[in-house]
Amino acid sequence: MRRLLALVPLALLAGCSGMQSMSEGAGFGSHLFNQLMLLFLVVTGISYAAVLLFLTMAVVGRRNEGGEPRLQALLIAWTGFILIGLILLTGASFLSDRREAREGSDRTPLKVTVNANQWWWGIEYQNDDPSQSLRTANELHLPVGRPVELKLNAGDVIHSLWIPALAGKQDLIPGRENDLRVVPTRIGHYRGQCAEYCGLQHAHMAFDVTVESPQAFAAWYKAQSQPAPEPADPGIKAGHDFFMSHACAMCHAIGGTPANGTTGPDLTHVASRKTIAAGTLPMTRGALMGWIANPQGVKPGARMPAVGMTPDELHAVASYLETLK
Amino acid sequence: MSMRQTFAGDLAVLPTHAFGTRSLTWWGVIAYMLIEGGGFALAAGAYFFLMSQETVWPPSSHPPDLLPGVLFTLIILLSEIPNTLLKKAAESEQRRRVLLLIVLLDLFGLALLVIRGFEFAHINVRWSDNAYGSIVWALLLLHTIHILTDWAESVVLTALMFTRHGTEPRRFVDVSEDALYWRFVWITWLPIFALLYLAPRFV
Amino acid sequence: MTATEHPADVPRDGPELDGPELDRILSETWGDKPGLIGWLTTVDHKRVGKRYIFTAIGFLLLGGILALIMRLQLARPDSGLITADRYNQIFTMHGSTMMFLFAVPVMEAFGVYLVPLMVGTRAISFPRLNAFSYWLYLCGGIMLWVAFLRDVGPDIGWFAYTPLSGPEFSPGKRADFWAQLITFTEVAALAVAVEIVATILKQRAPGMRLDRIPLFVWGMLVTAFMVIFSMPAVTLASSFLLSDRLVGTQFYNATEGGSALLWQHLFWFFGHPEVYIIFLPGLGFVSAIVETFCKRPVFAYPIMVAALVTTGLLAFGLWVHHMFATGLPRLGYAFYTAASMSIALPSGVQIFCWIATMWDSRPRMEVPMWWVVGFIITFVIGGLTGVMVASVPLDLELHDTYFIVAHFHYTLIGGAVFPLLGAITYWFPKITGRMMGDRLGKVAFGFVFAGFHLTFMPMHFTGLLGMPRRVYTYPAGMGWSALNLTSTIGAFVMALGVVLFLANLVRSLGNGAIAGDNPWGAASLEWATTSPPRPYNFAHIPAVTSHTPLWEESLPVFSGLRVEHRELVLTTVVEALPDVRDPSPTPSIWPLLAALATTGLFIWSIFSPWALVWGAIPVGIALTLWFWPKSSPDTHQEPVIE
Repeated sequence: MRRLLALVPLALLAGCSGMQSMSEGAGFGSHLFNQLMLLFLVVTGISYAAVLLFLTMAVVGRRNEGGEPRLQALLIAWTGFILIGLILLTGASFLSDRREAREGSDRTPLKVTVNANQWWWGIEYQNDDPSQSLRTANELHLPVGRPVELKLNAGDVIHSLWIPALAGKQDLIPGRENDLRVVPTRIGHYRGQCAEYCGLQHAHMAFDVTVESPQAFAAWYKAQSQPAPEPADPGIKAGHDFFMSHACAMCHAIGGTPANGTTGPDLTHVASRKTIAAGTLPMTRGALMGWIANPQGVKPGARMPAVGMTPDELHAVASYLETLK
Repeated sequence: MSMRQTFAGDLAVLPTHAFGTRSLTWWGVIAYMLIEGGGFALAAGAYFFLMSQETVWPPSSHPPDLLPGVLFTLIILLSEIPNTLLKKAAESEQRRRVLLLIVLLDLFGLALLVIRGFEFAHINVRWSDNAYGSIVWALLLLHTIHILTDWAESVVLTALMFTRHGTEPRRFVDVSEDALYWRFVWITWLPIFALLYLAPRFV
Repeated sequence: MTATEHPADVPRDGPELDGPELDRILSETWGDKPGLIGWLTTVDHKRVGKRYIFTAIGFLLLGGILALIMRLQLARPDSGLITADRYNQIFTMHGSTMMFLFAVPVMEAFGVYLVPLMVGTRAISFPRLNAFSYWLYLCGGIMLWVAFLRDVGPDIGWFAYTPLSGPEFSPGKRADFWAQLITFTEVAALAVAVEIVATILKQRAPGMRLDRIPLFVWGMLVTAFMVIFSMPAVTLASSFLLSDRLVGTQFYNATEGGSALLWQHLFWFFGHPEVYIIFLPGLGFVSAIVETFCKRPVFAYPIMVAALVTTGLLAFGLWVHHMFATGLPRLGYAFYTAASMSIALPSGVQIFCWIATMWDSRPRMEVPMWWVVGFIITFVIGGLTGVMVASVPLDLELHDTYFIVAHFHYTLIGGAVFPLLGAITYWFPKITGRMMGDRLGKVAFGFVFAGFHLTFMPMHFTGLLGMPRRVYTYPAGMGWSALNLTSTIGAFVMALGVVLFLANLVRSLGNGAIAGDNPWGAASLEWATTSPPRPYNFAHIPAVTSHTPLWEESLPVFSGLRVEHRELVLTTVVEALPDVRDPSPTPSIWPLLAALATTGLFIWSIFSPWALVWGAIPVGIALTLWFWPKSSPDTHQEPVIE
């Protein structure tokens, strides 16, 4: 009977899956969260049931007169129950915290630096050999089972990096560098989102997270380290030339081209991403064109200005960007 | 009233003014001391917090010049002598002594405000230079508002004491509480003095 | 000091001066001038308390409308109903209005109205300060809302984290209006807190020892001390912010040695006690209601008092639990987890004691008791989710999600608003002389209760599914859409309940059954006088011999206070022995004028630092004229405050 009852909150939690759901348990932290949450639900659930029962009986039930000494004894018992419950939960919480800190300490971590700005995520995979570092934006690929140490920096205001399916969050605060250690444990696609109100477009500051096998990750990393391909046909070249000769190249970087801006996201492999504009739109031709033509319409207040272009120029630039896989 | 009432005693024999904890306004004054003292404590906390963020303190300037600060401290401590005498005189309701001492204290206050001006002139940093500058200006400014408002209140009370309103016994309670508050003004100054003038030199 | 020489020289209340004749003279002495002048100059705590309550309810409605607008926007994914900018202003205004303009003021308002009556005195301590604080509160609220309606409302969240709220990322004056609202409301709240402390410590009825003080009064005493110790933190924080924005100080600027975390520490040092400031008077309401409708004192009175005091103390040790994600040392966090968990203990004990009181008697389920039941059912859920987020590993997932939104609405609405609505129903007869409608009262309760749970229970799941807070829209396909729609529907059900409650209130003002002095058969002193009370509260100062004075055989009273001038009695702090007769200030226009001058100073200082110098002059003049005694004829042998 007790085991059945314990399944109820588990069932509730299981009904709550999704790529941004805490109950996914796809990372060690999120897995511990689910376990700890279950314990808390059981203990608090029992307490709540006791309160409701006592209340109902007090309002509608029969009562014995002169029950004062019994009530005093019951008060002591109730106080003891609360005290023991709180100590249990505090202890479990502390142990869970320590357990998460220990996880993966036997493996070499992947090191990633995150630079958050209004309203996008700059990502840099660190390597002992600087020529092997990788810069990207608004997405994370992670090898399953390997801990990743994220170094968190903010360029303007406070943001918070949060991938609920994998682990808890940590703030990015201007003037200090914070750390977050995540151990992904299940392959899949997840979504992270900024979790600290950071201004006008806080609602549109998300990023894609792909957890994959170490081989797939290595392949992705290798592909991402390549510079952008040379434009093959004239249409695409027209887009490339437009990009390099207009404001675009001042803010964005594309590896292997003159574009070297760091104010905005790195676009070297933008077409390989699932979404653009920090998780706001899918990476499709139509969305790309809509975003470039009218950033303020999609994400009012975004730092990207509308660069005046004719429909032909728009098509060309979009075609070029689509080659950046 | 709907309940039966029975007369249990008479209040007419009670006095109409009393000093210390028996005075209602005393509690108001203490409450404001708690509020302002709490504010100072938090500002001091902010000072330590900001200091912990730096390796050098002050980060880019000299500490405030010692002379005006030490002068201010000595004079305000000295002022406690007439202040205590004033409080005693008020509590024994000696009008002439009260008038003399309260004027003397107003003059002390004026002198202190002038010295405070020199303290600001020799603080050696602008409030906008860095967080150190901001917090030292804030601490000094907070205490200045403190001493300025108390001094202004004392001046008004002094004027009141010289009118015929000043013959009312309740006014002596006001003077006693004013003297009490003056103690608070210099007691709160001492830790602020330490933070502004001594901490940067010894830390 | 000696006793006055000729006690018989001036008319005093007593066996010889009683009944309608006494009422006539005392009403003359303690009454206000008629019409607008009387309304503007009154220092009667009951009139000031009523206008505080009325204004706070007004802000509740405004904040509630903002909530409905937000819920309409969030009912569907990717909704374009409200722009991002407008939404960000709306959620900032919703939080700021509810916290600063509704919740704290309404609780203080009930304290202002009830405490002098409950302790058996004629007036609040410092009545002119009381009047001043109301005008200042009103002016601050008007300033904020005018700014919002002119599209310069703050958009930084009610908590205004730096550097977002600083000069670089919030240009213009929006954030300044927010920061100065803090100054207005905190000065007003501090003034009331000082008055409450002084009234409770010094003006209690003879015989009202510390162990005979009503639990609501204990709650207000602890609350007032919490206000005194916490509000300076937020005033300091907001002043630092204003100065960063106006004159270039660097308190919160990391590049010049400042710190964004300094803001968070200062704000939350206030912010956490703030929610207990809102919550504790609610607990006082519950105690008063339970005592009356169970016709017995609340079970374990000393434990209840200890629980209130413990809650007030612990509230100051928790603030870092709002900062678990900021990267502070983990070992430090463990302390705050333990402290945050431990505050569940006094609350849990109080819940037991109320239910035990009901258990040991036959509770009459009048409308106020329904609100108490609603409170227990709802608040305990909020308290238990609070235990969850006290845990660091849990909080690092749950922080800044809709789970937290659910948590604090369960505690604030369940723990403060439900008791408040019960309190309004309970004390409406005393304040107005009429009873609120019974049937409509129960219907309104049902709609509010059901609507509340329909709105906020789904938010626990929305949060678990990953929806962050403070987002003006969200994408489809996340599993959030149906839950959000449910919350929106619930919000309108709840709004309907509130409308019904108010309709009941308004209708009862004209048509409610006449109440009489003590329609509920309650035990505390406010029910010993007429409904509504006369301007002077009590014809003779009552004394008490127990903590349920109206359930005794008779009510002892003291005679001897002057009747032609305002006078009340001060008693000793612990034993409440009669000690001093104190004159009470008469009505005056100066509190209003001083508040207007202060308003000018505060608003001007948003635009120029010199306001602090030049704006202080009219304030100083107003304050001087406020305290300056008027020419009193020499025929008085005893002091007056004109």
